[in-house]
Amino acid sequence: MSTARFRVIHAGPYVTFQDGGRPGHMRFGVCASGPMDRTSFAAANLSTGNQADATSIEVSMGGLALECISGAITVAICGGDFNINCGDESYSSGVVTTINSGQQLSIRPGKSGSWCYLTFAGHVDVPQWLGKTATHALSGFGGGVLTSGQEFDILNSRAQSELNGPIPAFQARKFGGHLRVVLGPQEQHFTAAALKQFLGSEFTLSDAYDRMGVRLKGPSLRFGGALSIPSEPVLKGSVQVAGDGVPTILLADHQTTGGYPKIATVISADIDDFTQLRPRQKIRFHAIEPKSAIMLARVRAIERRSYLETLFQ
Amino acid sequence: MKDASFKPVADCAVLVEFGTIVDDDTNRLVIALDQAIASSNIRGVNEVIPGMVNILVNFDPLQTTHVDIQNAVEALLPLNQQTTATGKQHLVNICYEAPFSPDLNDVADARNMSVEAVINAHVGASYRVSMYGFAPGFAYLSGVPDAIQVPRKTSPVRDIPAGSVLIAGPQCLTTTLIMPTGWSIVGRTDVQVITEEPDKPFLYDVGDHVTFRRVGISDLAGDVQ
Repeated sequence: MSTARFRVIHAGPYVTFQDGGRPGHMRFGVCASGPMDRTSFAAANLSTGNQADATSIEVSMGGLALECISGAITVAICGGDFNINCGDESYSSGVVTTINSGQQLSIRPGKSGSWCYLTFAGHVDVPQWLGKTATHALSGFGGGVLTSGQEFDILNSRAQSELNGPIPAFQARKFGGHLRVVLGPQEQHFTAAALKQFLGSEFTLSDAYDRMGVRLKGPSLRFGGALSIPSEPVLKGSVQVAGDGVPTILLADHQTTGGYPKIATVISADIDDFTQLRPRQKIRFHAIEPKSAIMLARVRAIERRSYLETLFQ
Repeated sequence: MKDASFKPVADCAVLVEFGTIVDDDTNRLVIALDQAIASSNIRGVNEVIPGMVNILVNFDPLQTTHVDIQNAVEALLPLNQQTTATGKQHLVNICYEAPFSPDLNDVADARNMSVEAVINAHVGASYRVSMYGFAPGFAYLSGVPDAIQVPRKTSPVRDIPAGSVLIAGPQCLTTTLIMPTGWSIVGRTDVQVITEEPDKPFLYDVGDHVTFRRVGISDLAGDVQ
């Protein structure tokens, strides 16, 4: 069996190993972690002949540069619009290529998008926690954060240049900055004016954006009721509002409970697209009924499945 | 028996709430419902997460809906708290000596009692694992005696070592990671809530009981510096 070995030349902040995530331990204080943009992650894995949830590297806007120090292996890069250099070639993201010993691979942010996924045709050999390699941001457990100088192996590596070429885009993705939410569970803690502002105003992503969540800028949302509530479970997509009236949207590495009222929760069909926005981009919230949210989840699942099936060709 | 209220959350959860004030009766209902759901077989449930006064039932929207989950949970009500499993007992070491207890003096001053009286009250109490929250293995232990309850500090202190024993209001917490905290640090424990055992990765189940045993620094196991 072949092994490919890589050395990290440069890794920006929040560049981590991620598999499909670690669901099922929220009751013990452990969020699921896993990729911020699940569809791009799955597409990159399938394009290298892996299972959809195999361990990959999530590259942030901090960028990543690697050197293949031994072996030869096919890799895929898919996600936001990132610029890729592999050996002497340049690509934009959504590509499968093959890298040989001595060549360098660099992935840097391009015009849009916050995250992209680098997958390897083979098994990324990094530590597991609770049976998964997804990096848990708060603890660092799991595969971990990539650091300059670090080396890692890809076991059972495959160089399959017949896979090389572009990865088709997910056409169902047509996110225009309108984030669909179900109000609550604590919308009653806010004044009627605050609810109107929440649904009628533009909000901007601030620079306080990491895998745990993103703080927004916009009108201050006033409380009519208590500023804090008994600690209760929160979800990816929870829009919690701190005492200063500023909303934060919780993301893949969210804390599992919180004591701030949540004015709304983003539907899962919109979260991945949302995470590809960058600081200073604008969003609006659009409230829908819970049963519409269920319907949209089902539609998105069908769209996602048919897209991912095309990658098996 | 308090009535449960139901709130749909996004496309994948229902929040079942028994009240808005943290008290023992409400938290016992949460634990009873947690156990009732665990021993039922509700279609499409992914994960159930207990809070202090409510419980989040996380489901797969491809298999079920908010309405079906609510109906299935309502069918388990009213809960018979008498049949609630009593929970396992855990006895864990605590050291109240310096430098592990930087806030003991402030707690004593705030409650106008001696440090020794604070320690005796804390070590003499029995705690219930009410929920886990925030970070891996952060078990919220309810049962801090009224006499030594203090509010959270106005601003958090950074880099509190793992194994710190913290109190705020009626809650006690033993930390598993280096964290900032606004809670008062009263001691250090060597309990490993994150066990590293694949079959039981977390020491406590929600509903278990914890009591502390006072020990000296030299009696704490492992590297607790």
